[in-house]
Amino acid sequence: MGGDGTPERTRVVLGEVAARRRPTDRSHADLAEQTPVGEALVKGLVRAQLALALRLALVVVTGLGALPLLFVAAPAIGTVKLLGVNLPWLLLGVLSFPFLVGVGWAYVRWAEHNEQDFIALIRKPEQ
Amino acid sequence: MNPFLVPALILVVVVTVGIGVYGLRFARTTSDFLVASRAVSPSWNAAAISGEYLSAASFLGVAGLILRYGVDVLWYPVGFAAGYLALLLFVAAPLRRSGAFTLPDFCQVRLQSTALRRLASVFVVFIGCLYLVPQLQGAGLTFTTVTGGSYVWGALLVGAVVTANVALGGMRAITFVQAFQYWLKLTALAVPVIFLVLQWQSDGRPAVNPPAGAVFPAATSVVVEQDATVDGVEVHKGQQLYYDEGDPVPRVNTVDAHFGPDWLLPGGDRTLFATYSLILATFLGTMGLPHVLVRFYTNPDGASARRTTLVVLALVGLFYLLPTLYGVLGRVYTPQLLMTGHTDAVVLTLPEAALGGGHLGRLLGALVTAGALAAFLSTSSGLLTSVAGVVFTDVLRAGRGGSVRDFRMATLLAAIVPVTLSVYVSNMDVSRVVGLAFAVAASSFCPLLVLGIWWRGLTDLGAAAGILIGGGAAMVSVLVTVLGPPLNGWAAQLIGQPAAWTVPLAFLVMVAGSLLTGRRVPDDVGATMLRLHAPESLRI
Repeated sequence: MGGDGTPERTRVVLGEVAARRRPTDRSHADLAEQTPVGEALVKGLVRAQLALALRLALVVVTGLGALPLLFVAAPAIGTVKLLGVNLPWLLLGVLSFPFLVGVGWAYVRWAEHNEQDFIALIRKPEQ
Repeated sequence: MNPFLVPALILVVVVTVGIGVYGLRFARTTSDFLVASRAVSPSWNAAAISGEYLSAASFLGVAGLILRYGVDVLWYPVGFAAGYLALLLFVAAPLRRSGAFTLPDFCQVRLQSTALRRLASVFVVFIGCLYLVPQLQGAGLTFTTVTGGSYVWGALLVGAVVTANVALGGMRAITFVQAFQYWLKLTALAVPVIFLVLQWQSDGRPAVNPPAGAVFPAATSVVVEQDATVDGVEVHKGQQLYYDEGDPVPRVNTVDAHFGPDWLLPGGDRTLFATYSLILATFLGTMGLPHVLVRFYTNPDGASARRTTLVVLALVGLFYLLPTLYGVLGRVYTPQLLMTGHTDAVVLTLPEAALGGGHLGRLLGALVTAGALAAFLSTSSGLLTSVAGVVFTDVLRAGRGGSVRDFRMATLLAAIVPVTLSVYVSNMDVSRVVGLAFAVAASSFCPLLVLGIWWRGLTDLGAAAGILIGGGAAMVSVLVTVLGPPLNGWAAQLIGQPAAWTVPLAFLVMVAGSLLTGRRVPDDVGATMLRLHAPESLRI
């Protein structure tokens, strides 16, 4: 309350609302109170997600990132024509975009899968 | 002048303002604007993000670069799209879960350091300004091409309009406006390209890259505006040059462009460093752009932030299929741009050049100009809003007590530098300058976000050192490139495309600095990690 009796303006932050709620079961408590078990659970999730992201990044690095080197190593590729278009134009100007979207789609699928696994692990009834 | 032009431009502005006003009313009826935004589905949200992202550099610049340099610069559109994949893989969901609204916010959430927050603010302002300059340049160029007026007045006029718009709150970053702008931009490139390709077919498929070099498709006259050498012959200011249909396009010494196999085939080891530098900058720079991150907060949760990013990737990829066609057809129908060097104008001039001055050519010409206006308005308004927001909170320290007047002041401050700069650097390729902005973002915010999200060991001192050394090196390189004397040889490569060394440098310094100051790792890093990575449903 302010000095003159009027309530002071308070700032509401959405994230804090969620954080303030008390977790109810054991695993939740482990997570929220940062017990060694909770730490290990979160570390496992972070590691799984990072491994997934790095693996797919590697796919892009080898799929797209190797192209400039490939063009240097085998300049003949530049003169190969497919449907009347030189291959580098086709690879970069057209095919690279569906490739990127495909990798992104796979990531979203697997990342959500990892999260489902994590939720299942936490909600699993304790022995 | 094209009679359809003024009605088309007015229509874009009226529809934009109309949707904006409608959106404002919609937002006012709900208690919380944030909640209103959270009702937006990933596909609408994604169209809005794409609308804000596809700038003058994408709409005009990419086609211009392809017209000029050919296959090597296809890495620009690929990189601009791939940046969203990097954002998706490493940043999207955790950033949304962090609750940070801007990059300085993220510094505070993750590392609780006010000093780092200030440093991040400086970089946001720098990157924002650097990104705004080419937008204004594009506007000036559009103005010159379309009305024949002077470039400086065009840039100043449109700069003033956008500043006034943002300052008065007329152009609030409302999802539906931005989404509309995306579809307008896509239509404005996609519809004319159908007619252009049909025309090219009915012309008997003239060779895009004839062995003897590009030829004029019609009799053309060129007025010399500065002394130069044309095919080895000196020409002077004021002189007029005439070319007949079928004459080869001469090479002008003041215009850097590729011809023949240089244009058609990848550059080989000559351009290898520059290519990898560009790939690093664009792949990793997108996540550090100030106007991109702000929009992620409108997603309901981390999972939908991911899905939104995927749709953005698809929408942006779809769009980038088109500028390549404009650049390639520009070789056939507007080769005179290779003489004048105004290659960024290819998208604007191509419809009339290819389809003739009849109704169809003019109508499509008006459509692409309307698209360019949309590109320019959406990106620069978004950028100016986010830069002004940072100036407002972190420079003017207005905080909670800040008034609307302070925000207007901040907008004005944020606009002065880029508008002034855009007047002086009129001769740089629009996409090149944008590439430099990406390089700075990739060497400062990319390591901060990636390490901050995935590595517990990051400390505030390590992060600050990485940003200062890596980002600072990129910043200095950009300043030398834009304002300094021309360089040659390796120095030109290292300074002109700095990302290949500044990005690894920033990562290295950040990791080494954090390891050396390991005691400063925040105590609540475990809780922060839980918040960043655990699905929202577990928080209840």
